[in-house]
Amino acid sequence: MTTQAEQTSVQTAIVAEAPVERAFQVFTEDFDRIKPRDHNLLEVDIAESVFEPRAGGRVYDRGVDGSECQWARVIAYEPPERIVFTWDISPQWQLETDLSKASEVELRFIPEGDRRTRVELEHRHLDRHGSGWEGLREGVGGEQGWPLYLGRFAERVA
Amino acid sequence: MVTYEADAWTALGDPTRRAIFARLAERPRPVGELAHGLPVSRPAVSQHLRVLKEAGLVTDRSAGNRRIYRVDPDGLAALRTQLDRFWNEALANYKQLVEQSTEEDE
Repeated sequence: MTTQAEQTSVQTAIVAEAPVERAFQVFTEDFDRIKPRDHNLLEVDIAESVFEPRAGGRVYDRGVDGSECQWARVIAYEPPERIVFTWDISPQWQLETDLSKASEVELRFIPEGDRRTRVELEHRHLDRHGSGWEGLREGVGGEQGWPLYLGRFAERVA
Repeated sequence: MVTYEADAWTALGDPTRRAIFARLAERPRPVGELAHGLPVSRPAVSQHLRVLKEAGLVTDRSAGNRRIYRVDPDGLAALRTQLDRFWNEALANYKQLVEQSTEEDE
């Protein structure tokens, strides 16, 4: 049996061999090397992904031509325990123009001893993106739409 | 579920199926209505619908002697699959970075 909350969220976790302070710091400071690079809403290659480490901060990609794409807003920044940010990207992998449809991502950093940290990630309220399919007319047919995105996955999986 | 992703991708890789899917995203429709306005025969539309259904993208129900197709409300599953992969990849990168930088500090 799955609950409603489980159906509208994605959860994952890892354990890192590092103190919790370090684990927290690396997530924001090295976000550029954490975010899978091929997930790009810009027209050009990404030069850098930036995570501004404060509540109210922006999360954005900067392209090699200087263009920017902000795709998240930091809601909570509580070192070394917790980070919450919005996910302003639609299921069609385009910026969500209606921010009330944004989902949110929470990271929890839980010490398991002095040198070990469990990092739990929950991406929740996915149902806010409409039924998951609203607005698909624009996204599905376009080159940058969902089929392309799935195609990239398919290539990598193959 | 890798197979599911591949199926959804394959299903939407075809332009006619994308057109059918886009029309169903507007509202539920019977086969006849879907076929109308598309440059393919009704049996061909039925065939495409079968592929979309197997990929978990659309569902159907009987209404009298017709079948009404609509986008699967559990299409959320496809989004979840994508995000699950995205975050697992991100956290794997993260773990490597954290442990690498911690070793360097020592």
